[in-house]
Amino acid sequence: MLILALILIPILGALLVFALGQNQLRSKQLALAVALVELVVFGLVFKEFSTTGNLLLQKDWLPDFGISFKFSIDGISVLLLALSTVLVPLVILSTFKVAYEKSNLLYALILLTEAALVGVFMAGDLFLFYFFFEIALVPVYFLGLIWGGANAAKATFKMLAYTIFGSLLMLVGLVYLYSKGQTADMEALKASMAFIPSNVQGILFSLFMLAFAIKMPIFPFHTWQADAYSESSTPATMLLAGLLSKMGVYGLIRIALPLAPMGAAEMGHMVMVLGVIGLIYGSIIAVKQDNLKRLIAYSSFAHMGLMAAAIFSGTLEGAQGAVFQMLAHGLNAIGLFFVVKIIAERTGGRSLSALGGLSQDAPWLSVSFMIILLGSVALPLTNGFVGEFLMLKGVFDHSKLLGIISGISIILGAVYLLRLFQKTMFGEKQNADVVIADVSGTEAVVLFVISALVILMGVFPNCILEISEPASQQLLDYMAQF
Amino acid sequence: MSLIALIPLFPLLGFLINGLGFKIMPKNLVAPIGIGASFLSFLATIGVYLQFKETNGTIVETLFEWITVGNLNVSFAFQIDQLSILMLFIITGVGTLIHLYSAGYMKHDAGIGKFFAYLNLFLFSMLILVMGANYLIMFIGWEGVGLCSYLLIGFWNKRSDFGDAARKAFIMNRVGDLGFLIGVFLIFHYFGTLEYLEVFEQAKGMPSGSLPLMFISFCLFIGAMGKSAQIPLFTWLPDAMAGPTPVSALIHAATMVTAGVYMVVRSNVLYTLSPDTLEFIAWIGTLTALIAASIALFQNDIKKVLAYSTVSQLGYMFIGLGVMAYTSGFFHVITHAFFKALLFLGAGSVIHAMGDEQDIRKMGGLWSKTKITAITFLIGTIAISGIPPFAGFFSKDEILAHVFEHNKGMWALAMLGSFMTAFYMFRLFFLTFTGQFRGTKEQEEHLHESPSSMTLPLIVLAGLSIVGGFIGFPEIFHLPHFLADFLSPIYANSREAFEGFGEVHLSHSTEWILMGFSVLLALSALLLAYIIYVKRGFVPKEDSEITGIQKFVYNKYYLDENYDKVFVNPIEKSSKFFGNIIDPKVIDGFIKFITSGIASLSKIGTKVQTGTTGFYLLIMGLSIGFILILNLGQGILAHFTDIFKAITSK
Repeated sequence: MLILALILIPILGALLVFALGQNQLRSKQLALAVALVELVVFGLVFKEFSTTGNLLLQKDWLPDFGISFKFSIDGISVLLLALSTVLVPLVILSTFKVAYEKSNLLYALILLTEAALVGVFMAGDLFLFYFFFEIALVPVYFLGLIWGGANAAKATFKMLAYTIFGSLLMLVGLVYLYSKGQTADMEALKASMAFIPSNVQGILFSLFMLAFAIKMPIFPFHTWQADAYSESSTPATMLLAGLLSKMGVYGLIRIALPLAPMGAAEMGHMVMVLGVIGLIYGSIIAVKQDNLKRLIAYSSFAHMGLMAAAIFSGTLEGAQGAVFQMLAHGLNAIGLFFVVKIIAERTGGRSLSALGGLSQDAPWLSVSFMIILLGSVALPLTNGFVGEFLMLKGVFDHSKLLGIISGISIILGAVYLLRLFQKTMFGEKQNADVVIADVSGTEAVVLFVISALVILMGVFPNCILEISEPASQQLLDYMAQF
Repeated sequence: MSLIALIPLFPLLGFLINGLGFKIMPKNLVAPIGIGASFLSFLATIGVYLQFKETNGTIVETLFEWITVGNLNVSFAFQIDQLSILMLFIITGVGTLIHLYSAGYMKHDAGIGKFFAYLNLFLFSMLILVMGANYLIMFIGWEGVGLCSYLLIGFWNKRSDFGDAARKAFIMNRVGDLGFLIGVFLIFHYFGTLEYLEVFEQAKGMPSGSLPLMFISFCLFIGAMGKSAQIPLFTWLPDAMAGPTPVSALIHAATMVTAGVYMVVRSNVLYTLSPDTLEFIAWIGTLTALIAASIALFQNDIKKVLAYSTVSQLGYMFIGLGVMAYTSGFFHVITHAFFKALLFLGAGSVIHAMGDEQDIRKMGGLWSKTKITAITFLIGTIAISGIPPFAGFFSKDEILAHVFEHNKGMWALAMLGSFMTAFYMFRLFFLTFTGQFRGTKEQEEHLHESPSSMTLPLIVLAGLSIVGGFIGFPEIFHLPHFLADFLSPIYANSREAFEGFGEVHLSHSTEWILMGFSVLLALSALLLAYIIYVKRGFVPKEDSEITGIQKFVYNKYYLDENYDKVFVNPIEKSSKFFGNIIDPKVIDGFIKFITSGIASLSKIGTKVQTGTTGFYLLIMGLSIGFILILNLGQGILAHFTDIFKAITSK
């Protein structure tokens, strides 16, 4: 029942927040309360998970068609649920200092996004997965559009067009699978994989891959991303970078690999090459970006490329590293976009050339920015290191050449992220008379939680790795049959 | 909690207190906490040493499992043996002295809390580096010290060139770190573990010159080239002088930059069995020693001279390692830590007296005004020049004797570098402390000796620079070599794997001649410098008047400019090209082309709805045909996939 509650709480919460009308404070507090209740419920789910192992909720839905209402939680799902339920309260909290118009709608949309995310990460049925995967885009689209910047309409439409295009292709694949296997149960479908010829699986894999490659994104399907991230409102950007991009990675693990295994075996190497190209390509673009949000967007895109490469490396380190990195990247991306938002609010600028010297007035902002950046730079004892180390090792074990090329990204990462830090925090202040307020109140809470998690995850990664290892191992064992 | 874990814990606590409490901490508590953390760590080191001495057996203490994935299990574990104990003493001992010095040096700086926090964090990282029981824990420290170096070089970060210097240091180190990381991957690949004891146990059974060992030792050494500022990754170190002077003494002379040497000595069996890598190391060391010394000849910034000198001395350490004289190389780490820390702190004291002036052309005659600084600086200068019986003589001569046996040509080059070393150091000393004062009137009135918190470390380090060499007498003196005896157990694997390890076959007469020759060379360099800078009172020209080869060398052979041309500019250009052309024009342009195609198709599509059944049937036929073509297309696609895979496969 708890599983159902995970989906229903944010939906009902969203309706409630919306229904109670436009009262800034009430919307905010209520939304936060709902998100926190959701977090507590997740805590209960997690407790159950850690005592009994994988969880399952199955109700017949359209039994004649083999479509059931099936949610299942394994080690990988549970971590992504944790990510979603931890990050959404932080996203909500990060908006507390801003008075948004139509606040009830804003918070309702955030909660709806959470519901969809939770649904994707638990779905055990193809159509359920597809439903939540698609629906998640809708609230984020409106979040980005309504409260976004001047060019938001164009940028968010581009995102919408791209992702819908991808999703439709995926739908074709899913329908085909369903018609072949006579069931939509993702677990049961695995059994019929041996009977689908490899060339068909190649096409299936391409269809799935395209959808997830756009969502993550992977080179060369990434051009919607920098626009969407930089023009959308910050809550939308946070949700996109921190959580929605993880649906793409999750899709690789749940659909593209297990439901077209021969295709994956065939074309996995190609995806790895594209991932590594994106990793280096994105990093290089980030080197000279002047717009903070675009810089982080390209950095994010680069990280996604490595995750894709690691997943297809066929190694346990690669898979585990990618799972860990999903959490680390989600957390860090939200942290980075929040810092950018704070900087923009304080100075009115999002361009590196117009910033500088912020650490003089705002030491705490500077400290937390540094910690989150170090996570992204993958310094040991931060969360980024564990993921990158494992992923690079996985890619290296698969192919020495790709591993070494990927390794160059740790140099480039230092180049653009330290430049970002230096241009914003160091140097002379642009306007010596203006005193920049340091972070306080809810801002401080959000940044503190994120900074603390960056370090805790880096020092005690095993707490997370041991949760997902059985599921990752199972995936590898399954893939090894093909 | 065990004593071992306390060693890094104290600096960590110091960092947290000063780092998190920077708003509420009273100013006068900051330095005592910072110094106290370092001193307590020193005491804990003594305690651990006493514990260790009882059995003299390697202690491995596991705190917790850090990263576990499948067969990969990296524990957060510390290893205490002879090598780590020596490093611990250097780090906490010299570290405490430099902390003490900083209390005086940074007294009036507004950011003193931040400074001590960073300094403690550095100690913590450095301790982790040398205490780790496997390569990944070493890597924590390895990158951690890089971070602290970054933070401290950019300590006065209002100046953008200081920030640039800090960034350059971090990025150049990262280039090396990538090599290190690949080495780590290879170690795991071949040995299935990263723990030192297990890796070395397996490695010693491998044949000399085996490829895996060569790759591993080479990749790890790339890391050392970054961290220990060897050619071609050395240009960050001179720029790192932007940091406060105690930082230069602690990080960029005594401890961090010697991490590469520590790593090689730690992995000695891997290197002993990789003769090609060793030869490479020896030549890199020789080139670095020579080139850096030649640049130091023309520098006029007191800290820059010392910086190039450090690069050059690190080169000597690597020459020693390269000819398998690990103990000699490490011996030089120890003596260098004493005299180079002394020289940097002395330089800091001079800069302090001169009111932040660093140009030696504007100094002169400081001897009478800053007696303690001058005398201790002279001691440091004699020690680095290799004049007996000061510390540098013993360690450097030991390296040179091994080099002579290994390769006479390399020895000659090393001697040339050694001559230059003595020359530029006495040049520095004479220009700073003798002759007439060449600065401004205000500077002259401002001249004063530094407070005792600064001179006390100078005196202690001067003492160590005098007697520090006695821990390793040459064999011909018939006195014990304490260091070699103490370190002997850590070469057990190398001895087993390599017959004749650590033996020297020079006759006593040859050794005496070599020793006499190098002393003579140092003395003649002294004399030459004396004639030029004291007798003739020569003062180096202004920067704008330097021409020709001298200008070429002065600008470090324009290496940075060439790095810009080869690496930086192309990356920046492609960054703009990818971001402004490929992404919006090529990729998006292609998609626009497709979508506009679809849009015009849809216009046709609207015309298609004619209501004529026959037409619909035609469309249906065409569609089926299209699907058939798609099926054929699969074959073509598969073909392309094969080609693509062939190109990109491992």
